[in-house]
Amino acid sequence: MNIYILIFSYLLLVLTIILSILAIHVKDLLAAVIFMGGGSLLVSLVFLLLQAPDVAMSEAAIGAALTMAIYIVAVKKTEREDNDD
Amino acid sequence: MIRKIVYGVFILIIIAAIAIFMSNYKFGVDKMDVGKYYLDNTVPQTGAANVVTSVTLFYRGFDTLGEVTVLFTAALGVAVLYFMGENKRKQKLQESNFVTKIGTRVVFPFILLTGAYIFMHGHLTPGGGFQGGALIATGFLLLYLAYEETSIDRKKFYLVEGLGGLTYVIIGLLGFFMKGSFLANVLPNGTLFDLLSGGIMLPIYIGVGLKVGSELSNIIDDLMCEVKCEEAGGEE
Repeated sequence: MNIYILIFSYLLLVLTIILSILAIHVKDLLAAVIFMGGGSLLVSLVFLLLQAPDVAMSEAAIGAALTMAIYIVAVKKTEREDNDD
Repeated sequence: MIRKIVYGVFILIIIAAIAIFMSNYKFGVDKMDVGKYYLDNTVPQTGAANVVTSVTLFYRGFDTLGEVTVLFTAALGVAVLYFMGENKRKQKLQESNFVTKIGTRVVFPFILLTGAYIFMHGHLTPGGGFQGGALIATGFLLLYLAYEETSIDRKKFYLVEGLGGLTYVIIGLLGFFMKGSFLANVLPNGTLFDLLSGGIMLPIYIGVGLKVGSELSNIIDDLMCEVKCEEAGGEE
């Protein structure tokens, strides 16, 4: 594998971890959902770099878009702020 | 305190076991003969350029029929839980901004086109019925987010969904009656890399793509109705 692709995919994975930690710790639940969607978009890029375009397509469509829609509906039906300390 | 030590020791034991177990295996080395069989025999047996599709639709077509059924059942469950019928009272929502509206108008036809391209070229390029259908549903999600008054014609979508599923079963039964086994290849393989190649894969993936797209769009319609329309006499 090309060394630049390797470095780039490691960068994407580190960004994914950061986004996941943010998604857990942020108080605004809508922002947490958006961080999670961004994380799955980056993971789908990693799939593309690792030569699994089928999985990348599924992840981008279902993980980043449709799952986010389900979570947004759930947030809309409940409270937006996380007030559990 | 003792509990934490026990937990730590337990986790260490599990990590050590996994490490010892995995050190015997080399990654990236073929251990199964079946993968090599697929790579060697896909082109002469099925005429499909994409080996992944040939595995999911040709060698394991029956499993894919099961997956389609699972998705159908899930969509049916969501519809039973959330669909509230025709006369809905609209709840006032915040209007989406100008960029979202115009951007959706520009992008929506291209999303549909890309989805259709992906499931029609499933036997040639990466992707297939599920990916193309999910992409089409994403386009409808965008439409729902941009325009509050969007609502799809559910009866037509149910019709498309049913016809897509029916195509799969009918092709399988054709194989059963003509060649003696369910989902046998009844169409000619054609020339490699042509659109009309790969035998039964092209009609099956068109059916699956339309079915998955309309199914997921129906689920999105159910969910968006859950936000938009309140039941009469509900809260607020």
